Amino acid sequence: PDGTTRFVSHTNGGPMFVYVKGGKVIRLTPIEFTDEDAPSWTIKAKGKTFTPPRKTTLAPHSTCHKSTLYSPDRLLYPMKRVDFDPNGERNCENRGISGYERISWDEALDIVAGEIKRVKREHGQGAIMGTHGSHHTWGNLGYYISSAFKFFNTIGYTKVAHNPDSWEGWYWGAMHHFGYSMRLGQTETYNCVEDLMQEAEMVVFWSADPETTSGSYAAFEGTSRRQWLKDLDIEVVHIDPYYNNTATLIGGKWLAPKPGTDPAMAFAIAHVWLTEGLYDKKFVAERTVGFDKWADYILGKEDGTPKSPEWQEAETGISAREVRALARQWGKKKTYLGAGGWGNGHGGACRSATGIQWARTLACLMGMQGMGRPGVNYGHMQWGTPIDIRFFFPGYADGGLSGDLEGTGLAISLYQRMPQLPTYNTATQKVPRLQIPEAILEGKAEGYPWDGKTLEGQFRKFSYPAAGHSPVKMMYKIGGASLGTMNDSNRYVKAYRTDKLEFVVNQSIWFEGEAKFADIILPACTQFERWDISEFGGTGGYALHGQTQMNHRVILLQHKCIEPLGESKSDFQIFLDLSCRLGLSAYFSEGQTELDWVKRMFDSSDLPKHISWKQFLKRGYFVVPALDEKHRDPVALRWFYEGRKKDVPEPHPLPADYSQEFLNGLQTQTGKFEFECNSLKRFDANDPERPPVVKYLRSWEGPGTENYDRFPLQLISPHSRFSYHTMSDGKQSAVNDIKEHRVLIDGYYYWVLRINEEDAKARGIKHHDLIKVFNDRGGVLCAAHVTNRLPQGAVHAYESSAVYDPIGEPGYSVDRGGCINQLTPKRSIAKKVTGTAANSCLVQVELWDGKAELIQ
Amino acid sequence: MKKWNLIIDVAKCFNCNNCALAVHDEYYDNEFPGIAASMPRLGHRWIDLIQRERGVYPLIDVVTLPVTCNHCDDAPCLKAARNGAVEKRADGIVVIVPEKAKGQRQIVESCPYGAVWWNEEKKLPQAWPFDAHLLDAGWTKVRASQSCPTDAIRTLKVDDAEMRRLVAEEGLQVLQPEAGTKPRVYYKNLDRFTKALVGGSVAGPVSGTEECLAGASVALVQGGRKVAETVTDTFGDFRFDGLDEGSGGYRLEIRKPGFAPGALDFTLGQSAYLGVITLTASAA
Ligand SMILES: Nc1nc2c(c(=O)[nH]1)N[C@H]1C(S)=C(S)[C@@H](COP(=O)(O)OP(=O)(O)OC[C@H]3O[C@@H](n4cnc5c(=O)[nH]c(N)nc54)[C@H](O)[C@@H]3O)O[C@H]1N2
Ligand SMILES: Nc1nc2c(c(=O)[nH]1)N[C@H]1C(S)=C(S)[C@@H](COP(=O)(O)OP(=O)(O)OC[C@H]3O[C@@H](n4cnc5c(=O)[nH]c(N)nc54)[C@H](O)[C@@H]3O)O[C@H]1N2
Ligand code: SF4
Ligand code: SF4
Ligand SMILES: [Ca+2]
Ligand SMILES: [Ca+2]
Ligand SMILES: [Mo+4]
Repeated sequence: PDGTTRFVSHTNGGPMFVYVKGGKVIRLTPIEFTDEDAPSWTIKAKGKTFTPPRKTTLAPHSTCHKSTLYSPDRLLYPMKRVDFDPNGERNCENRGISGYERISWDEALDIVAGEIKRVKREHGQGAIMGTHGSHHTWGNLGYYISSAFKFFNTIGYTKVAHNPDSWEGWYWGAMHHFGYSMRLGQTETYNCVEDLMQEAEMVVFWSADPETTSGSYAAFEGTSRRQWLKDLDIEVVHIDPYYNNTATLIGGKWLAPKPGTDPAMAFAIAHVWLTEGLYDKKFVAERTVGFDKWADYILGKEDGTPKSPEWQEAETGISAREVRALARQWGKKKTYLGAGGWGNGHGGACRSATGIQWARTLACLMGMQGMGRPGVNYGHMQWGTPIDIRFFFPGYADGGLSGDLEGTGLAISLYQRMPQLPTYNTATQKVPRLQIPEAILEGKAEGYPWDGKTLEGQFRKFSYPAAGHSPVKMMYKIGGASLGTMNDSNRYVKAYRTDKLEFVVNQSIWFEGEAKFADIILPACTQFERWDISEFGGTGGYALHGQTQMNHRVILLQHKCIEPLGESKSDFQIFLDLSCRLGLSAYFSEGQTELDWVKRMFDSSDLPKHISWKQFLKRGYFVVPALDEKHRDPVALRWFYEGRKKDVPEPHPLPADYSQEFLNGLQTQTGKFEFECNSLKRFDANDPERPPVVKYLRSWEGPGTENYDRFPLQLISPHSRFSYHTMSDGKQSAVNDIKEHRVLIDGYYYWVLRINEEDAKARGIKHHDLIKVFNDRGGVLCAAHVTNRLPQGAVHAYESSAVYDPIGEPGYSVDRGGCINQLTPKRSIAKKVTGTAANSCLVQVELWDGKAELIQ
Repeated sequence: MKKWNLIIDVAKCFNCNNCALAVHDEYYDNEFPGIAASMPRLGHRWIDLIQRERGVYPLIDVVTLPVTCNHCDDAPCLKAARNGAVEKRADGIVVIVPEKAKGQRQIVESCPYGAVWWNEEKKLPQAWPFDAHLLDAGWTKVRASQSCPTDAIRTLKVDDAEMRRLVAEEGLQVLQPEAGTKPRVYYKNLDRFTKALVGGSVAGPVSGTEECLAGASVALVQGGRKVAETVTDTFGDFRFDGLDEGSGGYRLEIRKPGFAPGALDFTLGQSAYLGVITLTASAA
């Protein structure tokens, strides 16, 4: 009635209706269902009936999306650094300093295609590095796993091996106790919401703030469910140095251990259970191995130190009395462990020097309580709603149009349904993402891989340069988040500013972060400006069936709502244009447009059984009918608890990884829960950082370690509440006016650092004062947020500022943009793994003295 | 006749800012003649969220109060406006008419709630117009309600008698009732924001070890009169909410079978954590 047309789109923070008028987006709203959409499920628990709201939800970082779509920081034209001449002086050291000039697409594409050919010709295999962030604007076909992988495979490239930064401690640690390598150390979660509601009496949120991190892509779908906990009289405990936003919403007991000391508390809980007999003895006897060794360590039979509640008090700062109370309640009441933002893994605590221990000790606690027993499982109402996951629709990690059978889920999830030209990367060289600077500057790097096929995948150490490969000479970067998201990020700045990298091309939507360090910038568009198809929270891959975080399964036709702004183009189109110049256009696109590919994916799915292409194209979404009560999936791990064959709809592990009989037991060597891990024993039984039975080892950067006198505050840097990493931060986005996100001081929007009231007082710092947070690695200007939501000795700033704004020489001066990751250590969690320990970080905070230099 | 109202439940608001961002989405770079000129990209918060912490570690409560134009029935801004720049619609909504309000800065100053923002570029006073253009086009709730994940904001179209009934039934309050402006925006659980919270923990020896004492009864006494009573939880923690800040001296009386009764005198200024109160085993 108001002249707008209603389209549909989708984001990291939920799907949306997009109202467009005259080629301009007017508003974005959540999707409200009508009677035409399938009915919602109901759960009956404790005499009450519960059903979710009939709409989708949107996270704040998506609600503000119109303001970032039309941001003044949008890249609208191809650009060239003014002092970069591909045929003459390149002035590489001026990256990050010199300005840019607008060039035509023809010129830009000619330069990039020309450089691709030149570095291959002059240097040989491996000279091109292709790299991207972990996430993308949404859509199964536009996603980097789809179109960028295809293009990179097409030209041959040195792959940047991401560490499993979301999972870390679970992947490198917990997995060895119970398997689930295909989930990188997170357990299955089928139908856990109903089980929790019907059976559980307590939920322990441990390093878990799902109200902030939304289970990654689930917006506020879990919020209404968590509000039911109160109606069900379920007791709630939060273990987090920060009184997080989930605690703020649902309340409960708050225990704030010193960052990185959590394993000590977990050991002490086990101590109480052992000494008071509060664990599932039958389960331990029948379904686990190695229990005696674990018990001996806990009771101090091995090292003379019982890991008692009193013992942990000195480590964590939490009173023995409270830990005993928690342990007893947990041992007596049926309890769900909500570990991390997904409930079955993740969590800031897994990204610290003790992250492996933390995940392992939590796994062992669940091993004692009998995981899979009614009311005893992983979760906090986030995963495991009773929706129908048998309906086939692929996720973004299932490869899209990539043709990449090795690096995506294509081979197991989509290829059979949507055959396509396979693509292979002929270069086998890899660089760990956290060591890109070392690879470039020092010419050397090594790492352990993120490979979920089996428990042993992570043991295959690799080094750079690979045999017979060229060092990296050219970087093709999609997006520019690393300065806000990667540890000790001044390293990346330094790596860019050298002629060891002969050519850098950055393909980004916004002019920010690393984009400002490129020679050529290619302007990409957002998902609003291209066709795509996807599902709400449908990732596939390692997060298989992540849709069960949603209250409804919603599959979306992502309309091209508006034309790309300026001269920006979809990533697909940019890659296709380059492919044309390389004689590879038919190979890249199979002669099809983006919309053709969307139709092809629609046809490959179960959608055509329910809705015609025309209707889908028009309506823009489809709600998959929920399962009725009688046909719901079995509860996760119940089969294991009861000693039956696996009966949940999870196609993992691979057949070869069942130790005895297909579908019998876990993925471990014994098929049982292993308190003593055979895989670790085989790999290195004497590794002090990862012994077969988990032991307590203090963080290598924390209270009492080197420089603690100079840097007496422990900085944690969790995921930002109002931005999705760098997406929606900066860019003059609407979220910058949220005082918890950025604070306006003297005309500049500063990133926020939270500090305890007493710690602030001791430093003469008042609320919203301009402060410098620093250590030997860097210095960042922030607005002080004085609070009592943190205990003394801990400070808190979200990771992932989009803005890098050094006030002096890039890489060597204080940053006022807010890139907190300048301060975090590059050191891996442990020697024999490649993982981030960003949350083990000592800093000092003071009122800013006005200086630009870093201490050194 | 039915009119528009808003009910905001303070207990359900956790500062996610979706409501404020939805308002930004609706009004930034959009013009709705007669209702609103476009909002600046940055600097305005037509729904503002005021956060407050009550207590300290380990007992804290974080509360957020969404504040917006109250669409007052007796609106000071209406009186301050010249040439009809502020209109009270028949459906209760107060609109600062952009076409008439240019340069009228006194409208900003007239609002006792600070709900009017000055648009420097357009020289316009601006406030949240209750999404009147959407309601006129058939929407049944405002965008803030639609985007709120906890259902903290309800949009209601009811007659004033029905609203009065709801106020009584749900214990609704308005901001600054003493200003006499008769807001149409009502708050539930407003005490969470305005009143004080005190709490503490009870511990004591059990077989020689100090333990959290669950199930202890805790009475809050003032001037010899018991004002509230509660029972400690699993961790021996207790809390009393809804007290007036600066309301003077209180006494806590704690009882748990097997222990000598405990007591603590304190003076209530602001919300506080009173610490661990340790009981001794009773002589018997
Ligand atoms: N201190 C600290 N650091 C951390 C963490 C922490 O807990 N603490 N967490 C870590 C974790 S778990 C993660 S996943 C990483 C994430 O860190 P990154 O992987 O660096 O972050 P992403 O948000 O995935 O980066 C995506 C980039 O792609 C761009 N982009 C998005 N969509 C498109 C598109 O359609 N086209 C193009 N061309 N570009 C696009 C975005 O603008 C952005 O620059 O951060 C890690 N860093
Ligand atoms: N809004 C938003 N949502 C997101 C993202 C985002 O950037 N923004 N990123 C997505 C991604 S890629 C991921 S991997 C997930 C991450 O999801 P999570 O890993 O679960 O999230 P984090 O915020 O890193 O950590 C959760 C909590 O751990 C706490 N914590 C930190 N250190 C410690 C510790 O030593 N001990 C204990 N007990 N707690 C600790 C933090 O205070 C925080 O409240 O979030 C996803 N969702
Ligand atoms: S959307 Fe709801 S919960 Fe979020 S800030 Fe607004 S009122 Fe509070
Ligand atoms: S809240 Fe302020 S602007 Fe709104 S009607 Fe009342 S006086 Fe006027
Ligand atoms: Ca030159
Ligand atoms: Ca195996
Ligand atoms: Mo992640």
